[in-house]
Amino acid sequence: MELLTQRKLINKAALSLSMAAMAFGLFWLAWILFTTLQLGVAGISVDLFTKMTPPPGASEPGGLLNAIVGSAIMVSLATALGTPIGILAGIYLAEYGRHTWLGHATRFINDILLSAPSIVIGLFIYAIYVAKVGNFSGISGVLALALIVIPVVVATTENMLKLVPNTLREAAFALGAPKSTVILKVTLKASTAGVITGILLAVARIAGETAPLLFTALSNQFWSLNLNEPMANLPVTIFKFAMSPFTEWQQLAWAGVLLITLGVLGLNIIARVLFRQKHKN
Amino acid sequence: MNDTSHTMMMNETGAQLEAQMACRNLDFYYGKYHALKNINLEIYKRNVTAFIGPSGCGKSTLLRTMNRMYDLYPDQRATGELLLDGKNMLDRKVDVTVLRAKVGMVFQKPTPFPMSIYENIAFGVRLHEQLSKSEMEERVEWALRKAALWDEAKDKLGQSGMSLSGGQQQRLCIARGIAVKPEVLLLDEPTSALDPISTMRIEELIGELKAEFTIAIVTHNMQQAARISDFTAYMYLGEMIEFGVTDQVFIKPKKKATEDYITGRFG
Repeated sequence: MELLTQRKLINKAALSLSMAAMAFGLFWLAWILFTTLQLGVAGISVDLFTKMTPPPGASEPGGLLNAIVGSAIMVSLATALGTPIGILAGIYLAEYGRHTWLGHATRFINDILLSAPSIVIGLFIYAIYVAKVGNFSGISGVLALALIVIPVVVATTENMLKLVPNTLREAAFALGAPKSTVILKVTLKASTAGVITGILLAVARIAGETAPLLFTALSNQFWSLNLNEPMANLPVTIFKFAMSPFTEWQQLAWAGVLLITLGVLGLNIIARVLFRQKHKN
Repeated sequence: MNDTSHTMMMNETGAQLEAQMACRNLDFYYGKYHALKNINLEIYKRNVTAFIGPSGCGKSTLLRTMNRMYDLYPDQRATGELLLDGKNMLDRKVDVTVLRAKVGMVFQKPTPFPMSIYENIAFGVRLHEQLSKSEMEERVEWALRKAALWDEAKDKLGQSGMSLSGGQQQRLCIARGIAVKPEVLLLDEPTSALDPISTMRIEELIGELKAEFTIAIVTHNMQQAARISDFTAYMYLGEMIEFGVTDQVFIKPKKKATEDYITGRFG
């Protein structure tokens, strides 16, 4: 009986501790969301999505159109570039290189790349591309962001494929299917939702990255779709505007922060929903 | 082969039997572990052969040798001969996909692919044959009827195979296996994850399927082996202890070890 009381007490204590930890985490998240909303919502207007970033002290308030479009272009291109490479490498790791030295080495290097500070990646692209070409450009921003996408997609693809039970692979092989068919038609299909989740999380990750763009795409006051020129983007614009003494710029920075936050939140929710659907089946 | 007299065995009806598959001095290794020791036996055409024995005796390993499933794992290998219609399938020159088209397999746990019921069955057929749409529809229906699943599945062929119940999923896997029109069907404890009613349906199905297919089944359930098989092989520690007509093995085993296992004194 005493043992039971003791056990119940320990259970209660552990439960309270974990609830407190959860509340602590949620508290900051809620505060961040609240502040972002409070300060950003005033800047949300039609102008935000239709006007270019204004010069300091301009009579018109201006908007973030060039930064929004620039970010959208660079994030899409980086995802389009990094996703196929990431998925193929993930397939290699999970289906071919599980027990080979090349697989182990690739996985190790990928883990390092996954946790590499993004400023290192920005400086790397600066050194090998921007410095050689001689000017900041949208394309170098795309390259830096793609380098961040790749390890995320590699890791999720590999993990999702590893979740596919081996019995399913064997069942496909037992019908006389070659390995490529087994991977394409069965294992990859069984993990589609997980792989897409990984891609969405990678997009969410790069949407807010500032450091890799600071040394590559830089920013642009004006409308430009030329990938060989500096390209406007939300994170660097926010960085620049938030540091400025001009209130209109600061207001635009908060509006930009709100846009990114809502975007990332939305992507994460979509990723969650997709993943849950997969596990329901 | 000089041992044809030995391969010609009589079943209860006295008909002469033809060996579809045969193991000759078959050894199997998991790395250094010697899992099958000098196995010799015949699997007779259009008969059910059951493999019984305690866990780890090598019965599943033997089944996995018969379609070279072990090929997927680099540290597993087999030596000796595995004859299918007289040809050695362990020969490196034999294309393993061709072997697996002739020797289908159904596993312990139902493993429907993440696709529709129709596609589950068409998947295997497409690997080996080019059929028109109507031919494929016929084949899918044929396989589902053979697996006694047609009535339950005909109105939901487009639904995910995962939406079926466990017993239905296992029959889907059997339908998928026979849709390829194999000669031999290997069943690795096909009912151990199923409830008694689903088990009974699968057992009835096995009785019907042996009219067209040669069946080898691994089972933990001795009553099941007695009910559905024509021949029974008792294995222990990687060796074939006794092989013979099921009634004889169960009623009058030649070896003491077999008797001990069957009567429950051990195992």
